[in-house]
Amino acid sequence: MNFWGVAMAKDIGSRLFTTVSGVPIERLYTPEDVRNLDYEKDLGDPGKPPYTRGIYPTMYRGRLWTMRQFSGFGSAADTNERFHYLLKHGQTGLSVAFHLPTLMGYDSDHPMSVGEVGKCGVAIDSLADMETLFKGIPLDQISTSMTTNAPATILWSMYLVVAEKQGVDWKKLRGTIQNDILKEYIAQKTYIFPPKPSMKLIVDTFEFGSEHVPQWNTISISGYHIREAGSTALQELAFTLYDGIEYIEWARRHGLDVDEFAPRLSFFFNAHNDLFEEVAKYRAARNVWYKVMTERFLCKNPKSAVLRFHTQTAGCALTAQQPYNNIVRVAIQALAAVLGGTQSLHTNSLDETLALPTEHAARIALRTQQILAYETGITNTVDPLAGSYFVERLTLDMEKGCWDYFDRLDAMGGMVAAIERGFPQREIQDAAYEYQRAIERKEKIIVGVNDFVVENEPPIDILLIDESVTAQQIARLQTLRETRDNGRVRATLSALRDAAAGNHVNMMPYILECVRAYATLGEICDELRGVYGVYEEPTF
Amino acid sequence: MNDKIRVIVAKPGLDGHDRGAKVIARSFRDAGFEVIYTGLRQTPEQIVNAALQEDADVIGLSVLSGAHMTLCPRIMELMKKEGLDDVLVLVGGIIPDQDIPELKRAGIAEVFQPGASTEEIITYVRNHVRRK
Repeated sequence: MNFWGVAMAKDIGSRLFTTVSGVPIERLYTPEDVRNLDYEKDLGDPGKPPYTRGIYPTMYRGRLWTMRQFSGFGSAADTNERFHYLLKHGQTGLSVAFHLPTLMGYDSDHPMSVGEVGKCGVAIDSLADMETLFKGIPLDQISTSMTTNAPATILWSMYLVVAEKQGVDWKKLRGTIQNDILKEYIAQKTYIFPPKPSMKLIVDTFEFGSEHVPQWNTISISGYHIREAGSTALQELAFTLYDGIEYIEWARRHGLDVDEFAPRLSFFFNAHNDLFEEVAKYRAARNVWYKVMTERFLCKNPKSAVLRFHTQTAGCALTAQQPYNNIVRVAIQALAAVLGGTQSLHTNSLDETLALPTEHAARIALRTQQILAYETGITNTVDPLAGSYFVERLTLDMEKGCWDYFDRLDAMGGMVAAIERGFPQREIQDAAYEYQRAIERKEKIIVGVNDFVVENEPPIDILLIDESVTAQQIARLQTLRETRDNGRVRATLSALRDAAAGNHVNMMPYILECVRAYATLGEICDELRGVYGVYEEPTF
Repeated sequence: MNDKIRVIVAKPGLDGHDRGAKVIARSFRDAGFEVIYTGLRQTPEQIVNAALQEDADVIGLSVLSGAHMTLCPRIMELMKKEGLDDVLVLVGGIIPDQDIPELKRAGIAEVFQPGASTEEIITYVRNHVRRK
């Protein structure tokens, strides 16, 4: 008897029929499941509150999503070459991956950087590297996303000074800094300073951005890493939106008006394998955020209540085994993101679980988006899954799940307090553990991993980062330290330290001055570490 | 005397991806091992020191940053210097096939790549641990 026959005959409970997140799914959805669904209140036309169906009336008919492939490796010159390659092949926005020392606030010659230089991203130690990174790329004609959190103020300052040197008005700059420290404490763990000063720096960017760089997204509130750490789809959504609430609470306490900065808040979600669950997640996200902004924060500017988001396909759903199968997974994940109304998209490369992508693998990933955009017809109409009993039911359930999590987080005193007691961390760890158990019990099948296995596969070609990158980067850094005006560097760093210690001015102008003087990222972070201290994670 | 297998789960390098380390630590505990998780961003010196202090039978290293070819041989060098030759050292994470022979030459007993099951790793530990 086939699988379905067995399932029917034994009437196996809902356990086998669950989403990737373990949510039980019914055999059939009917009008009964959406009995209370009110079109105007729960869905609305695209471009109209509560934006469940999309934030623009015409969506992809008006403009396709931005195809933005996250890339960075080796030196600034290596990555600049990859940027030019991707732009030549039709990519429409840039997205910078920095190497771990940069993300952790260390220069390439710091003892903690040994073995890491240029491995997970591009090595950026100072403004000089940032100038190389964007060589030949006019910053008024491209939007750039920078994945940086703890040192976001510094890397954004470097970008602003590169624009300054290109003669580009900051008011014309478009792009995003991730700048979301809460999900670092929760999931990805790339933090430097403790929560309080970290939140202060983020509020400073909101304030500075709304005045000086008005088209810039000063934060990308991210669920991607929460999901990669093993959360369910609902946890990803609920924790991410609640992180958004927390940032707004902190900014308001600092005296900022919600409508001044909320239109520049953006979001970033994961696209996992479970197509319908993911689409429901994106639709619910817009609906819940609209209600948060209008009912909790009483925003007046309609733009404050609109949730815009970037999506990346799920790295954790890809396999090292039979890696070419990943192309298929990525296509389906990307389909979910598009059906869910994403504003921009990164598709992972087939070699994601092995190394940073080769040029060939990166091109296939980009082509996947182009095939979806130009060949499949899914862009012809807005929110094509609306009205499906199943998808609408999932969307409603996802919304309800969010509000339940919000109540628990409110009761704990907000997200920073919840993080301090390890709540989101434990929820995610438990979900990751359960998922692993489900795979090992074969309740969840991963093709090529716990079923349909092939023995003795030949390895595929992967991108190797030459060890010479480290020596060259360190040599450049040493030359910089010898040739710059060190008196000016000391003066700007000292002014920065005093401003941080005083704790009542916006730090952005001080950081910009350090950057202009070619102080290194590590030097700037050292000053801030000296004043703010460093975060030590408790064990949960 | 406690006859539980003593395992150090450690994350060398700068990456903070601790999903694998946490899942394997919990699986080891469920299997009856005594587990010490060192936390993130441990230097080779800190890890070897922890192995000494805790009288570990096994060290499980998790690296996803690509720095394994620098960090793992350094850890093995320090282990030898401290006379910890009988400790079983395993590595998990984003480790390309091409790097495995060199890691084994450096003294790493086994490498577990993405998709490895916790059961397979636990069985490996039980079969290969060298008890003092």
